[in-house]
Amino acid sequence: MLAFLLKRLGVMVLTALCLTLVVFALVNLKPNLVKLAKEQTGSRITEQQVEVWLDQNGFNRPLGVRYAEWLGNVVRGDFGHSTRFNAPVSEVLWPRLWLTAILMFWVMVVMIPAALLLGILAGMREGSAQDRALSTVAIATTSTPEYVSGVVLTVIFASQMVGLQWFSGSATKAAEEGPTLYTFALPVLTIAIYGTGYIARMTRASMAEVMTQQYIRTARLKGVSFRMIVLRHALRNALIAPFTVIMLQFPWLLTGVVIVESLFNYRGFGWLLIEGAANNDIDLLLACSIVAVMIVLVTQLISDIGYVYLNPRIRVAA
Amino acid sequence: MEVLAPGAIVWQVLRQFGPVWLGMLLVMGASFAWRHRLGTYGRIYESPIGIIGFGLVLFWLLTAIMADWVAVMDPFVQVRALKNEPPGTIDPASGLAFLFGGDSLGRDVFSRMVHGSRTVMAIAPFATLFAYMIGITLGLPAGYVGGWFDTVLSFVANLVLAFPVILLFYLLVTPEIRQTAIPGTMAAVFFIFPVLFVAVFLWSRFRDRPEVLWLYLLPVIVVGGFGYLGLTGLWDPTGLLTMAPNTLNVFLAVVFITSPTVFRIVRGLTLDIKTRDYVAAAQTRGERPWYIMIWEILPNARGPLIVDACLRIGYTTILLGTLGFFGLGVSPESPDWGSTINEGRKLLRIYVHPALPPALALMSLVLGLNLLADALREQTMRD
Repeated sequence: MLAFLLKRLGVMVLTALCLTLVVFALVNLKPNLVKLAKEQTGSRITEQQVEVWLDQNGFNRPLGVRYAEWLGNVVRGDFGHSTRFNAPVSEVLWPRLWLTAILMFWVMVVMIPAALLLGILAGMREGSAQDRALSTVAIATTSTPEYVSGVVLTVIFASQMVGLQWFSGSATKAAEEGPTLYTFALPVLTIAIYGTGYIARMTRASMAEVMTQQYIRTARLKGVSFRMIVLRHALRNALIAPFTVIMLQFPWLLTGVVIVESLFNYRGFGWLLIEGAANNDIDLLLACSIVAVMIVLVTQLISDIGYVYLNPRIRVAA
Repeated sequence: MEVLAPGAIVWQVLRQFGPVWLGMLLVMGASFAWRHRLGTYGRIYESPIGIIGFGLVLFWLLTAIMADWVAVMDPFVQVRALKNEPPGTIDPASGLAFLFGGDSLGRDVFSRMVHGSRTVMAIAPFATLFAYMIGITLGLPAGYVGGWFDTVLSFVANLVLAFPVILLFYLLVTPEIRQTAIPGTMAAVFFIFPVLFVAVFLWSRFRDRPEVLWLYLLPVIVVGGFGYLGLTGLWDPTGLLTMAPNTLNVFLAVVFITSPTVFRIVRGLTLDIKTRDYVAAAQTRGERPWYIMIWEILPNARGPLIVDACLRIGYTTILLGTLGFFGLGVSPESPDWGSTINEGRKLLRIYVHPALPPALALMSLVLGLNLLADALREQTMRD
């Protein structure tokens, strides 16, 4: 187990280095730097002045040197200075990330039970009418990206013209005063809908496979009720695969978070990432990407370890 | 201004789609009649889910092809009097009805939705096809030969997959990146794969019969080379193949994100199939590796690959919508669904009609593709 862990950690660190290097190179492309120089000094400067400014601020040094310098600062917790907010990046980043964590928490609270229930109910009687109906629902939700469900939900529940006006179409207040059902229902639902179908389908497949196993047949022949078979015998083994899927869902949810935060004007991490990208804020964008990349890699690691931990039959190929 | 009644709107919309209904009736009627002779495609008609899924996809495909007939008017024309007017309003100047109303610039929402299908249908299937060519060409040897080739490629694939999609879009589809050599280099690398694939495909079969090989290979190299030079923008005398810079960026970004997934699927299937007896038999006969990969393994992997391709086109449609939604789409004026949703959402709480049609259009197309994939999966699993 230790060798396996160390190997996974090594690959993870290598991946993180490669990814941040790629992001660093892409963010520091020459046209971006020229744009930065013009923004910082006034747009009407000549090309020579741009070069002088870049030289003075150390932007003309080799990429490798600057990457190493940036990495050294990041390891010490210094993410640099945000030009968009005119403040240290770490001051801007952590509060926003916390807001997004709150959003994600509620998304998980809604999404996981709904998806597991959908998948188990569909998978316990494979091929039945119940299975077909629920599977079609699951397919429909995977066909509804956040920008579609967000628009449709806003029209139904928040529109001033034709809607029910049960919930608010803006989550700005949720960020400032803490989430309430009125302000938070639509953003959470919007993200949850798209993810639900995928997890539900994985759960269904896993459940359907477990239900064909010998030990389930034995239990049935022993006279155990169907309800007990599902709850006591099948469920535990059927939930291993969905666990991995749920963990791997995190990076995918990031896109949803960015869409929903801009759709409902919730100023969290996703909003920050867009602000950084739209305003050519190099340090901020780099910090956002390292956070995003770390979230992806850590969830991958947890999913790997969890998979092995939950299923002792899997031999660790270290 | 005069406004049509809801019933009249529905009737007119159905009438505008007239050519599409006719086309669907012909294609699906004929296919249904001869479904037993049409192989995998004919099997779709065995299940209601397959018929619904294929119907939705065909509907949007035909709409894209016949967009000029289906649309009421030019999707770019702005009629100031119809700014944000509700569905069914009749333009007093031309007498044409804005069936789904006007958007914030007074353009016809219905015609924009119809024309928006063109962007998706032009990019999504081709981007998926290119991703498949790359994924197959690299995934087969990675799975079959393994070794360091596999290790390196798998690492790179995982690298791309660990990249948050949205971040990649913001970094790759920007005006600044067009000034650099990156899109050109990416195009040069990606677009060589289809030519390479077809060449290896033929070479592995006919390498012992040079006269047949060259008969097939020569046209491939001429046509493929021409297409390659045109698409990468190196040499395009006809001007037909050169993509607008932003379209090229969008296309490349989507191919870049999709191909590692295809690579992993092909690699996994290859690892599984290479243990079968018929592969061992081919090895014993002394067949060469590329022959076994392309003529023994690939045909046996086609079921899962076709199913995945349907899902993948749907996912590509969603990616294109995401790009449009963030204003990174083909062009700011473009009627593609993501961009129109993005424009429409700004006034969503007051005017709901500009954002709703493209959103529902995108969803119905993706739903069609997903249902189709589901039906195909059930049908291919039966044997």
